[in-house]
Amino acid sequence: MSSLNPAILFVIGALLLPLMPANARRYVALLIPLIGMALVLLTPNGSYGNITLFGLELTTYRLDKLAFVWALIFHIAAFIGALYAFHLKDTVQQTAALMYQGAAIGAVLAGDLLTLFIWWELTAIASVFLIWARRTDRAYRVGMRYLIIQVGSGVILLTGVLFYYHDTSSLAFGHLGLGTTATLLIFIAFGIKCAFPLMHNWLQDAYPEATITGTVILSAFTTKLAVYALARGYAGTEILIWIGAIMTAFPIFFAVIENDLRKVLSYSLNNQLGFMVVGVGIGTELALNGTAAHAFSHILYKALLFMAMGAVLYRVKTIKASELGGLYKSMPWTTVFCIIGSMSISAFPLFSGFISKSMILTAAAAEHYTWVWLVLLLASAGVMDHSGIKIPFFAFFAHDSGKRCEEAPAHMLWAMGIAAFLCIAIGVYPDALYSILPYPVDYSPYTATHVITQLQLLMFSALAFAVLFISGLYPPEIKSVNLDTDWFYRRAAVKVMTPIAAMVATASNGLFASVGKVSSGSISGINSLFGPQAWLSRTLDSTGMVALVIGALLIFLGFYLF
Amino acid sequence: MIEQLPAIQLLLTLLAAPICSMLRNGDHAWRLATAATWLSTVVAIMLLIQVWDGGVISYQMGGWPPPWGIEVRIDELNALVLLLVTLFGSLVITALRESLRGVMRHQRQSLYYTTFLLCFAALIGITITADAFNVFVFLEVSSLSTYALIARGRDRRALTASFRYLIMGTIGATFILIAIGFLYMVTGTLNMQDLSERLPAHWDNRVIQASLAFFTVGIALKVAVFPLHYWLPNAYTYAPKATTAFLAATATKVSLYVMIRFLFDVYGIEFAFEKMQLSTILVPLSIAGILIASLVAIFQNDAKRLLAWSSVAQLSYMVLGLALLNASGITAAISHMFNHAMMKAGLFLALAAMIYRVNSSKLHDLAGIGRTMPLTTGAFAVMGVGLIGVPMTAGFVSKWYLISGTLDKGWLPLAALLIVSSLMAVVYIGKIIDVAYFKPAPPQHADVREAPLSMLIPCWIFALLTIYFGLDTRITAGLAGRVAQSYLGVS
Repeated sequence: MSSLNPAILFVIGALLLPLMPANARRYVALLIPLIGMALVLLTPNGSYGNITLFGLELTTYRLDKLAFVWALIFHIAAFIGALYAFHLKDTVQQTAALMYQGAAIGAVLAGDLLTLFIWWELTAIASVFLIWARRTDRAYRVGMRYLIIQVGSGVILLTGVLFYYHDTSSLAFGHLGLGTTATLLIFIAFGIKCAFPLMHNWLQDAYPEATITGTVILSAFTTKLAVYALARGYAGTEILIWIGAIMTAFPIFFAVIENDLRKVLSYSLNNQLGFMVVGVGIGTELALNGTAAHAFSHILYKALLFMAMGAVLYRVKTIKASELGGLYKSMPWTTVFCIIGSMSISAFPLFSGFISKSMILTAAAAEHYTWVWLVLLLASAGVMDHSGIKIPFFAFFAHDSGKRCEEAPAHMLWAMGIAAFLCIAIGVYPDALYSILPYPVDYSPYTATHVITQLQLLMFSALAFAVLFISGLYPPEIKSVNLDTDWFYRRAAVKVMTPIAAMVATASNGLFASVGKVSSGSISGINSLFGPQAWLSRTLDSTGMVALVIGALLIFLGFYLF
Repeated sequence: MIEQLPAIQLLLTLLAAPICSMLRNGDHAWRLATAATWLSTVVAIMLLIQVWDGGVISYQMGGWPPPWGIEVRIDELNALVLLLVTLFGSLVITALRESLRGVMRHQRQSLYYTTFLLCFAALIGITITADAFNVFVFLEVSSLSTYALIARGRDRRALTASFRYLIMGTIGATFILIAIGFLYMVTGTLNMQDLSERLPAHWDNRVIQASLAFFTVGIALKVAVFPLHYWLPNAYTYAPKATTAFLAATATKVSLYVMIRFLFDVYGIEFAFEKMQLSTILVPLSIAGILIASLVAIFQNDAKRLLAWSSVAQLSYMVLGLALLNASGITAAISHMFNHAMMKAGLFLALAAMIYRVNSSKLHDLAGIGRTMPLTTGAFAVMGVGLIGVPMTAGFVSKWYLISGTLDKGWLPLAALLIVSSLMAVVYIGKIIDVAYFKPAPPQHADVREAPLSMLIPCWIFALLTIYFGLDTRITAGLAGRVAQSYLGVS
């Protein structure tokens, strides 16, 4: 019985949820993660749910040490998310959240690539409703963009899986490694979900637009699932080190100038993923342990920060740094929890970020990736700056915005409290986390060198912030639209393509002028070719069709007889 | 009794048709027709069970042994087609009554069911006969009744659509008749097995080669292989109500069956594909069909027409599968024949239920229908997802085999193209879903209610079957795989 796949439990729960009364729904959403967690804890490692689907051997439930770490933290995150969303009466969000969490857990527990794909796509489809649930026109469009990219990742994954099956006659999801077209495609699919540089825009685009609770839930699963998939399939792939290093560095600049605090956190999420990707790329036991540990603690403190910002948004109705400030008077608890989250993400000693991030840094140093190590160090300073100081400072302190509001609702405080407690608990007593990591841990974070290096780093970046802020050089919180690379395909490409398309259309107009008007613009060009009234979709009259048939016959006869 | 099943299969609906025409009461006619079709579904299932392990049922009509008498021959391939025709036909006719009510006068209805039954019986006839000339006869019966069915559409354009289909269908049937005539001229037999035994001696005969050309063009018309598909979109669009669901599920699929039977059995793979290189023509045509028809479908603003164009694309998948000429490809073609019939019939049926309420299939009239008719739209969405080919639906199974088939050939770009075409399906199905769920309903449709149960239940049976056949593929891919093995093993 305990070998029941917890993901199935989530999906069934999600399907039944709309049938329940509003009051029961929120308790069910709380209960299911707990039952699921119990199932995972009671199940011995192994493979379950082996089925044969039209001749393909599938392992729908595989639990081993790597999967266990993710399954556990996903359940914890699901519980915290449900608690945070306890006030919701919105069936769509509750159903979507449960479905999404279940899909992510199912993907982590998938033992073969096809099962992985199914859950992979389900995470995409379920999660988009957390964005659409905001029910604004903007959220609809952002959600559409998000969905297209996520489903696109799934299609690439499926293509890769098909090719992989054709190459190896196996669907087992083990180490893949780069080298063939198949594994390259799978790598790209994972990369999109993991928000690799230049594939990252969906994250900063979508997360700040989701609902208050939606963002908290979204931030925990999709990208960490991708990290898991990379750790499973591409551990030790060197290019990941460089990709990860870039990921840690570039979002810092965007995060520093961004005004929307949830967007700041989205950039910082990207930066944190970079550490994990580097860990996967290094691929040693220490590095993979570091990745798993970092994913674990990251989910907690990132959720904590998003929850704090969500509480602010919930009470003040805005999350623009330029409109906030001085909220510590109104929301003392939220302020404290937010600072705990900030200290964790900045990796203060005795907080969770410290004991996990330092593993990855040590692993990089041990493998003599000096440059990478330096980049990661710089990135750590950056994290301190934008997530560690900027977020709590602009929201709760800085200049007083004059806004007064109530403290966050009790259930939100409890959710934040649990996350904050875990952040500190892991930081103070890391051995608990270390004991569940995939490989045996022979590592101690609290050595004099580690602690002193880290404290120096933190102090100096705090000093830098202070100096810059006082001297007025720090990028002020202003309303602005900051262009990221997606500008190139969302605006520039359209701008560039429109005249080109028009030129092509004009050229073809000239060519086909004698035949008839073919097109006059980029869209109408296609429309006139394939649209409802176009020649390709027009149905010929009888004479035309008969002529076509005779023509076909003549061609066939000619082909065969001569 | 058991040994008479093949005859019963044919005669049940064939005899029910004239009785039906004598009933003045449309409801009685519907009851009779529904009973007859469901009974023949039961017979089809019993036949399928009998041939399950590769057995062949040979039944001699009137006790005359072949090649002189007419033989009815049922193997795994046509047992599957029989199930397709009877099961999906019965489901459609069950929903048909509500769909016709209010549109057609009572007496007219009984004539309508008569035509339906005739078409149904003729399709069964095509499927089970082992006599080449009989194929032509039944093909004509089914075509004639189809013209009548389409012409019943309320829109005046249905008449033109039906007329054009008549011209095309007649030419197609004539070509097939010419082809069969040529075969008879050279070999002196009409029994398919006899033909396949005698033909190899005449491979170099120009008459036989011309016969293949005539047959290919004739059947390509019937199957709607690009570019001979022009009759299809109009015929499907203007056919009345749920009738489209029946036509889309059965007519082209049975034609495809005839194509498989003649090319693989009568002419034989060696002659048709190796000596005459049929694949070099069929592969490019079907690729063009897949891409162009999918693109056209994307730009349609009428849901019925959109689905009709998607049918052209999907039929091209099947032809492509056949032309790949390897185990995965043929498996894909045969299983997609079944799966697509199921999904498309269901989609058209769900659409008919929507049209029943809003009286239009224009996309802007379907706006917001996901909220006013949640159950119908839900079924539509499930089958739409199946058509796209999402795992755990039937569509995925056949696409998986098709792509495996192209990969077995080493045609990587073609595999990529097929995935691109799946994305196109995402777009055109997504277009309908998007309108249905995310656009506000126009004010005149604010009080639209859910479709009546008699339509809703068949819709959901189709939707659930779409999922069932995505999980259990013994009947579809399993059987198709065995058929493919038997074809390729012989050659």
